[in-house]
Amino acid sequence: MPIRRSLAMKSVGLVNQLSQKLGRGQGTVAGGRVGLAIDPHLLGDLTANKCVVLVSGTNGKTTTTALIASGLRTHFSNVATNDTGSNMPAGHVAALVDEEEAQAVVLEVDENYVPRLLETSNPAVITLLNLSRDQLDRMSEVRMLAQRWRDALSRTGGIHVVANADDPLVVYAAFSASEVTWVAGGLVWKEDAAGCPQCSGHIVFGKNETWACDSCDLARPEPTWTMKGNLVHSPLGAVHLNVILPGSFNRSNSLMALAAVTATGAEITKAARAISSVESVAGRFQHRRRPGQDARLMLAKNPAGWAALLEVVEESATPVVVSINSRTADGADPSWLFDVDFSSLRNRVVIVTGDRWRDLSVRLHYGGVDHSREADPEMAITRAANASDGTVDFIGNYTAFQEVTRARS
Amino acid sequence: MTLRIVAVYPDLLGTYGDTGNAEILGRRASWRGIDVDVLHASSADPLPRGDLYCLGGGEDGPQVLAAQRLKDDGTLRSALEEGAVVFAVCAGFQIVGNSFPDAQGTLHNGLGLLDVATRKGTGSRCVGEVVVEFDALEHGGLGLPLLTGFENHAGLTTLGPSARRLGQVRHGTGNGGGDSSEGAFQDRILGTYLHGPVLARNPALADLLLTWATGGGELQELDDSREIALREERLLSATRATNREGFARKP
Repeated sequence: MPIRRSLAMKSVGLVNQLSQKLGRGQGTVAGGRVGLAIDPHLLGDLTANKCVVLVSGTNGKTTTTALIASGLRTHFSNVATNDTGSNMPAGHVAALVDEEEAQAVVLEVDENYVPRLLETSNPAVITLLNLSRDQLDRMSEVRMLAQRWRDALSRTGGIHVVANADDPLVVYAAFSASEVTWVAGGLVWKEDAAGCPQCSGHIVFGKNETWACDSCDLARPEPTWTMKGNLVHSPLGAVHLNVILPGSFNRSNSLMALAAVTATGAEITKAARAISSVESVAGRFQHRRRPGQDARLMLAKNPAGWAALLEVVEESATPVVVSINSRTADGADPSWLFDVDFSSLRNRVVIVTGDRWRDLSVRLHYGGVDHSREADPEMAITRAANASDGTVDFIGNYTAFQEVTRARS
Repeated sequence: MTLRIVAVYPDLLGTYGDTGNAEILGRRASWRGIDVDVLHASSADPLPRGDLYCLGGGEDGPQVLAAQRLKDDGTLRSALEEGAVVFAVCAGFQIVGNSFPDAQGTLHNGLGLLDVATRKGTGSRCVGEVVVEFDALEHGGLGLPLLTGFENHAGLTTLGPSARRLGQVRHGTGNGGGDSSEGAFQDRILGTYLHGPVLARNPALADLLLTWATGGGELQELDDSREIALREERLLSATRATNREGFARKP
């Protein structure tokens, strides 16, 4: 092993241990940064000779990554993944540095880092889920992202792209790749898709999820992977996929995951069974039970995420706690709250909390949703539980969600 | 008579949450017993006739498409000439001006309804909280309380002789043309770079637009305690940021 690489790898572990001891973080980023500074090619070294699957998109990255990891374990004896939520190169390095034995790797990738990962991590497969508005103050507008993905895919050959045929922006990005599997991955939120990414024409959505630009040739490619009820139709045959995770968006994530896993050569029936068995990913939809309360914890951090989640939340009548923060991982501008149709919460007990509860309160006021405010998120959950039989729906954006999932005890 | 508020092309100009401005105006009218209709006008359809049009922020490609459609459609110009009010934010603000840049910096003709021109900035994007002091009534300004919002743009806008600025930037960038101005207005058209959406944080501006659209009569007072709490928190946050940065821009 070259000395630089060896030194870089040792540093990752040491710095992460130090970072954890100092209580400065989960210890997944600092070490990775130091390692990459010592050896900029570290990610390429760590992924060499491994079957690498990448996952990106605005929503569903973490869940789909976990589903793919579960599916890959039916085919590879040792699978490494970044299940800590650190989805930039430093996090990738940290997740891989102690996984020399891994035969396969699945990495969740921040949308902005897709080109870099395509070029440096030796991927066999990349799964592209969807693109919609998200944290516009620190992320890019979605058409810029689609263009960058497209440019990177046309530069890097030999990568099998598993792409959502229902999202025009993803299709535009994936069209430049040499090998694409089109999946009917669904698109709940279409508000960012109307302007054609190829020609500035207008994307017109028709019946049965079809869509086409009215002034150029960009149109929905015919997906070879579709799902009707619990039955998946694919070039590898039909198979049942009984998804436990709630919501149509998780059925879509599962279908995308199955297509990606089988692209590595895994057997479809076993992979489908493994993907179906996943009950909770990184605390999402987890029931946090404490004496007198049962809180279902949910994450929604942008309009598309909310649109998908409301479909699940609408089914119950329990009190709802909504927590909105604007820390670094959340974005500083919660204007997007006005893109969420909260009207289905009108007859529920609603409590607002989080750093930006005032923005949320004004938004709900204009949406005709009565609500009250509680400064502390835990107190908000307790109060909501007291207003019902103890069951509560908690929905937070990124750091607001982390606050309650980490406060487990 | 029904007050008709039109959100213009939310499918192209709805990226930054500004469609909320139309909802806010609609609510503030209906709370006062004004018969109101809020329409979301898709870019696929002819633009309907309305009394108050709201345009929002959008991405570069869709912005070019929106400008082209509005020009071909012609309704916005004729409605303005017949006395309608136009409220335009960010990309919408640039579109109603004389010219605006696309992603490559190539200039496109705007609708020419507001005497401003936008070019692509050379530095980094202007992103963050903004505080603006409105020009006073006696100086031909609108004399409203401090304007608070969030900017996120790469374009730099300069004002022509027919347009007036909304006011002086106290925190943030605003128009970015080097004169510390933010926004512009001219007759019954008003543009700004600020999101939030801006009318959620600035009920006085919302009511000014409603007054223009309803013929100038006095509007009944509303309970704006939530909006005021939000305003105060955002203004304080911007002040703290200014102090951290170690300077406050001189007027």
